Amino acid sequence: MPSRSTLLDDRAIARALTRMASELVERCHGTSDLVLVGIQRRGVELAQRLARMIEGLEGRAIPTGKLDITLYRDDLQAIGPRPVIGETHLPVDLDGRTVVIVDDVLYTGRTIRAALDELADFGRPRLILLCVLIDRGGRELPIQPDIVGLRQATRPDERIDVQVKELDGKDHVELVRA
Amino acid sequence: MTAPTLGKDLLGLEYLSADQIRLILDTAEPFKEVSERPIKKTPALRGKTIVNLFFEASTRTRISFEFAEKRLSADTVNVASVGSSVSKGETLVDTARNLEAMRIDMVVIRHPSSGSADFLAQRIRSNVVNAGDGTHEHPTQGLLDLLTLRDRFGRIEGLKVAICGDVLHSRVARSNIWGLRKLGAEVAVCGPSSLVPRDIETLGVTMFTRIEDAIAWADALNVLRLQLERMTAGFIPSLREYNRVFGITRDRLAHCRKELVVMHPGPINRGVEIDSDVADGPHSIILPQVTNGVAVRMAVLYLLAGGVPDWQQQGGSE
Amino acid sequence: MTRPILIRGGRVIDPSRNGDGIADVYLQEGRVAAVGTNITGEDGARVIDATGKVVAPGLIDLHVHLREPGQEDLETVATGAMAAAAGGFTAVCAMPNTDPVLDNQGAIGFVISQAQKAAKARVYPIGTISLGQKGEQLAEMGELVGAGAVAVSDDGKPVMSSHMMRTALEYSKTFGIPVADHCEDMSLARGGAMHEGIVSTRLGLKGIPAAAEEIMVARDIILAELTGGHVHLCHMSTRGSVSLIRRAKDMGLRVTAEATPHHFTLTHEACEGYNTNAKMNPPLRENPDREAIRQGIKDGTIDVIATDHAPHHYDAKEREFDDAPNGILGLETAFGLAMTELVEAGLISLPELIFRMSTHPARIFNLPGGTLMVNAPADVVILDPAARWTVDPATFYSKSRNTPFTGRALTGRADLTIVRGRVVYDRAGG
Repeated sequence: MPSRSTLLDDRAIARALTRMASELVERCHGTSDLVLVGIQRRGVELAQRLARMIEGLEGRAIPTGKLDITLYRDDLQAIGPRPVIGETHLPVDLDGRTVVIVDDVLYTGRTIRAALDELADFGRPRLILLCVLIDRGGRELPIQPDIVGLRQATRPDERIDVQVKELDGKDHVELVRA
Repeated sequence: MTAPTLGKDLLGLEYLSADQIRLILDTAEPFKEVSERPIKKTPALRGKTIVNLFFEASTRTRISFEFAEKRLSADTVNVASVGSSVSKGETLVDTARNLEAMRIDMVVIRHPSSGSADFLAQRIRSNVVNAGDGTHEHPTQGLLDLLTLRDRFGRIEGLKVAICGDVLHSRVARSNIWGLRKLGAEVAVCGPSSLVPRDIETLGVTMFTRIEDAIAWADALNVLRLQLERMTAGFIPSLREYNRVFGITRDRLAHCRKELVVMHPGPINRGVEIDSDVADGPHSIILPQVTNGVAVRMAVLYLLAGGVPDWQQQGGSE
Repeated sequence: MTRPILIRGGRVIDPSRNGDGIADVYLQEGRVAAVGTNITGEDGARVIDATGKVVAPGLIDLHVHLREPGQEDLETVATGAMAAAAGGFTAVCAMPNTDPVLDNQGAIGFVISQAQKAAKARVYPIGTISLGQKGEQLAEMGELVGAGAVAVSDDGKPVMSSHMMRTALEYSKTFGIPVADHCEDMSLARGGAMHEGIVSTRLGLKGIPAAAEEIMVARDIILAELTGGHVHLCHMSTRGSVSLIRRAKDMGLRVTAEATPHHFTLTHEACEGYNTNAKMNPPLRENPDREAIRQGIKDGTIDVIATDHAPHHYDAKEREFDDAPNGILGLETAFGLAMTELVEAGLISLPELIFRMSTHPARIFNLPGGTLMVNAPADVVILDPAARWTVDPATFYSKSRNTPFTGRALTGRADLTIVRGRVVYDRAGG
């Protein structure tokens, strides 16, 4: 019987995102060449919310893109029948820009590795930053986030489930133990 | 409900379920985007070896497959050999065994004998993609035709598609009939009766003897290439007569619905089955077909290379 | 001097005398010496207990391909004669499309001598109609018959020229032999690989329409009427052909016809999956055609069952459907198929089957055998009509293995075959 405990409810998520948005603007010294790229799935929705918050703070629209990393996964042969490939769409040229990768959970780091490879096929950003809602530890590659909502150490037999209003009807992050 | 998978090979649309066909079409969408990028490559099939085994001369299909393979970062080898294996001296069985001995991952085969893709697939463990076997099937052409229609009309169900021309000798016609029927379209054929197979109506297809009737009825015309050999084999008296009686000409389309689209698997015999001003005109969606061809082939190769069914739903990111 | 044989207590079916009852059969000096009850043979006669079995005149197959000379890797006269014996046949007629073809007395003599050496089933050669089977010039029919040919045929190919067929039929009257035709209009058949119908449309294979056979059947019937010669129609496959033959017989014309076990058992659906073991010429047809063939066998429109036994190397059949050669084996499955599909199915009785596979073939080709009358040659088969067995080509005596019936459960097979008073096949141990 899996046990579930709430890590962040909807209010906590909103507070975290607000803080992350300001941190972002601070780290990037403004927003002039900023573009947010959300990783499919749920990273996309988080990126869009962050963009709106930053727009609220700074008064200018931030371009937001979507990136699906399925074709760049390093375990493509092992995972069996193909997962559905989501949409990839980058609204602006990446050359010389500050790109912020946005994802819901950071774990082994392989998703981000795939994202970095894919972005390299699109152009050469001046600077790439990583922004995640939850860092659950357990890294298998030397990849670290620049902006984090919540750090939560986890064991391999545990799982972090993130739900977002746009896809799942509510905002909720919980820890699931098998 | 378990997600559909494709199995080891793509041999024909007759063997696929509607769900499997939709899976391929849906998977083709993100691959369209890859072809629009500055770097038209993803590493999805990196390290895979694919042999294009073409026993029939074909430029466009082979090139389309080659682009699909290279854009997936696969290593490709082209083997071109005109004529059947019998005249070549090496049987198809031996070719198959040699390929397997070289540990080829996938084979794309085009061959003049119907059933040759099935034959190869039964004898090697590599994935086999049928790029056209005799007059039997050309499944990737059928799929890209479906995708192009779906792009244009938003659906396949209920669409009226008329396949026009030498249906008897056309593998494109057969694949189209299977694919369209499975996805709920209404299908008709139109051509000289000497070029329409017996019992075609048993496949759920209506027949028009006059091209004007087909044009009035259809949402889309899929115009087949008429080959010179048909004339010399005595099926029709001349190409000129064919164009006069069955050709898709501007006059014939003068009063048709604005939304009618015209497709053609290529290469076009201008002035025979279709006139130049139609092929280049506002109803034509021939070029989108070609673009979709690469995306569909990428989707097929990607899905086939997918390995053993051990489906785990993708959950949170890692 | 062969030991006499006393076959005791079997159900003796002899359609030549309408005989059907429990009896003993005594064979001596290569002939039927006596048929009756409670026969005591000589001391030293071999006694065979046939209780529960059927004793009949040996089966006769008017149409086999033995591949020798020229393709001895597929079959030889010896292996073919052995396969025939294992199938219950005491005699077969060997078609001449060998390499070289049997269009001269030397070739005919060769086949006869090979058969004598093998000493299994009898082999009667069929000579060609035309030299080289090219359809251009008549072969020397007199010479062929003199050397031992029992009929002429260009089988494998049709006689496209009506003039040649007419001449052959006229000329054959001098020798009293049948002219056997492979009925196929080549311009309609056009290199098709299977029956033209819904299955060929789906598989994308070129089809041979039923009309290709029927046109030639009609032509041959008309020529039979014109010439008064005896035309024998090989391997009939369509309902149209059966109708034409029925009318011809009603008109009293000298037309005989044969059909193969595969044509009364399978249909074109057997080609699904591009199964090359279902590829033959004439092709397997539709269900109504199969039904018509069965009806024809029942009412005698189809005179005899003949296998068209056509061995092919497994390599040759292991190719794309278009390129695979036509034909399947027949000798070792014929009786089982006939018993299962025709007798067990209630269409004809076992005596009627024996008539179609033994007595009548002998009659229409004027061959010895087909009867257990006193002094008839001692060509006898002991059949087990109730034996249930599964077809396994690995156990065939034929050199080849090309059959679509692998794994099929059949009822009925030969237990023991005797030719010229000698046991040439004994299932219980060679």
